[in-house]
Amino acid sequence: MSVVARGLLVASLTVTYPGRPPITAVDDVSLEVATGEIVALLGPSGCGKSSLLGAIVGIVDPAAGRISFDDSDITGTPIHQRGFGLVFQDGQLFPHLTVAGNIAYGIAALPKPARAERVAELLELVGLEGLDTRKVTELSGGQRQRVALARSLAPRPRLLCLDEPLSSLDAELRTRLADDLREVITASGTTALLVTHDPQEAERIAGRTLRMAAGRIA
Amino acid sequence: MARRWVAARRHLAWAAVVAAPLVFLAVFFAWPLATVLARGLAGTGTGAAWEVLTSPGVPESIATTVVLAGLGTLGSVALGLPAAWALYRLRWRGQVAARAIVAVPFVLPTVVVAAAFGALFARHGLLGFAGLDQSVAAIVCALVFFNVSVVTRVVGSAWASLDPGAQLAARTLGASRSRAFRTVTLPAIAPALGAAAAVVLLFCSTSFGIVLVLGGTRVRTIETEIYLQVNQFLDLHAAAVLAVLQLVFVGAALALASWARRGRDRVANGRELDGSREARRGDRPWITATLATLGALIVLPGIALVERSLRVEGGGHSLANYAALVDPPARSVLPVTVAQAALNSVVTALIAAVIAAALTVAVSAATVRGPRWTRWIDAVAMGPLGVSAVVIGLGMLLTLNRNVAGVDLRTSWALVPLAQAIIALPLAVRILVPATRAIDPRLRAAAASLGASPWRAWRTIDARLLRGPVALAAGFAFAIAMGEFGATAFVARPDRPTLPLAIARLLSRPGAENVGMGFAAAVLLALVTAAVMLATERLRTRVRADV
Repeated sequence: MSVVARGLLVASLTVTYPGRPPITAVDDVSLEVATGEIVALLGPSGCGKSSLLGAIVGIVDPAAGRISFDDSDITGTPIHQRGFGLVFQDGQLFPHLTVAGNIAYGIAALPKPARAERVAELLELVGLEGLDTRKVTELSGGQRQRVALARSLAPRPRLLCLDEPLSSLDAELRTRLADDLREVITASGTTALLVTHDPQEAERIAGRTLRMAAGRIA
Repeated sequence: MARRWVAARRHLAWAAVVAAPLVFLAVFFAWPLATVLARGLAGTGTGAAWEVLTSPGVPESIATTVVLAGLGTLGSVALGLPAAWALYRLRWRGQVAARAIVAVPFVLPTVVVAAAFGALFARHGLLGFAGLDQSVAAIVCALVFFNVSVVTRVVGSAWASLDPGAQLAARTLGASRSRAFRTVTLPAIAPALGAAAAVVLLFCSTSFGIVLVLGGTRVRTIETEIYLQVNQFLDLHAAAVLAVLQLVFVGAALALASWARRGRDRVANGRELDGSREARRGDRPWITATLATLGALIVLPGIALVERSLRVEGGGHSLANYAALVDPPARSVLPVTVAQAALNSVVTALIAAVIAAALTVAVSAATVRGPRWTRWIDAVAMGPLGVSAVVIGLGMLLTLNRNVAGVDLRTSWALVPLAQAIIALPLAVRILVPATRAIDPRLRAAAASLGASPWRAWRTIDARLLRGPVALAAGFAFAIAMGEFGATAFVARPDRPTLPLAIARLLSRPGAENVGMGFAAAVLLALVTAAVMLATERLRTRVRADV
């Protein structure tokens, strides 16, 4: 087994997509993310990094291998029971809910006052105070990603996965948000795995960078 | 192990979702259909079927079915083609309104269309001098009225997105306007034209209500012959044989439609562009001629219908026919008041709409989100579209006039909303499946990553976003059920007629009073349907804005 008992452990993970011949997107990959660490997964598009992240979060079923967290096997655990957060490239905010409604989605089990408090706390954390009743369709691209981040952080995920969270934004905003992102993740003490194709972004946000090419980690 | 258990649970959950529509379709569609086939094909060896097909009136009804479908399609194409050009290829003021008016006939119940043309061609009607009462020509006019909008819309949108460059190139190479049209434009819009024509052929060969009401005793098709065999001769075997024949006929039309559509998809793969142009002075006579013909076809029957509904015995006009809708008519014609029949219609249509909408939600979810083995449910739910409503009604009559799960369907009116739900299901599915597909699956992944179970994700994301489309599908299902005639005519109990049945019965019995009431009831049905459709159409634009 591994030296890291606390945190994410991926062992010999393989993801294939049906086809003739089947396409191997992730090829026998192993990696570790220790609690509190921010790790970047860097590689060109099509290298399999998003498939790897998908398998870790639970969107994609792996063909082989094992995923565990804090020493318990979660390979077969459905996505909603893993306790991992996910930030999409394009936010995927719920269009029919307000900013506050989006952020509160994952903490519906909390009593109302605690929920409102947590939403306010997160809005402040991502710098969107006072926008709680705003419709998400009225937000700018940068604001949308901030809401997406706040929404994922609200239930205090054991691991926050970010799939190209900044690549739908323009260059100037990207640099600014990259710094904010690192600050927010560090401030909340969250363990995070970031997928990106931009080396600068990886360097700005993550403490450690893994390079990926052709389905394997270099 | 855990993974296998999760997968098994997922499959079980989807099996439960698929079960409801599947059982419903099996009991109320597949079983009746199989019974019709079995009854119709039984005894083929002894020549019993051949005897039915050669019995008096039947060969004529087969010929009439072919002729009506052919002429109806031809007429719709002949008028729809210039209409597509005038309403879609060209741009002019008032065009949007004209398009909307052309779309109206298609949503009207068949009985209303039949009543309108009946009023138009009746001896004292607007065009009574033509002597077309109870003629093939009158029915063809009604079929064209009904279907011209299909050709106009399908061909028009293909024509509007056609690159005008090729046609211009042909002109610069010396081709006349008509040669450029024949050699360049027509081949380009041919696939759309073929697809539209095939669909119209399908509709024309299943236009039972129009033929029954307009044809009277003189014009008969396979469908009205089936009805006659059941209602007057009580010969269910002959009806089943004819139903099999009708199935073959519609099957051929469907095969033609899918063959034509293949070509259309190939064209649709090309890039979309706006090839419409501003109307010029030279186009004016052509636009005017097209609009005048369309206007006469669409507006005259409407005027004739309203005028006839106001005409009372003695030649004057008043609202007496409308007032009579709440009075009990002569017992021999109708056992209840028209108002009661209208109430019956609203109640059954509401139930049918709720059933259709609920099944459609399950079908769409399984089609779009389910595992691979549930995805064909979509095609199964489209099945009723490929069968004439008359055949569905006959099949239900043959199979379900008995106790089913403790409910005696013979003495209850439950079969009516069930039949209407079956008829409305395909259209509801066609509305909801694309809407479900339009919801990004990553929204559900986002919800799941926030801890939402599949059920909570469906409830809080899919169900919320689909509220509009489901209402839209239910609205359409309600309108279809309100106007449904083919299947209802077979399964409704005589003492509990729906509004379309009451109209048909009033119009078919002599007596000026009855007939006047029939026309007034037709206006009422038209108004109700139009109101529902208008409300639903508003919903559609709102839904578009949401997605």
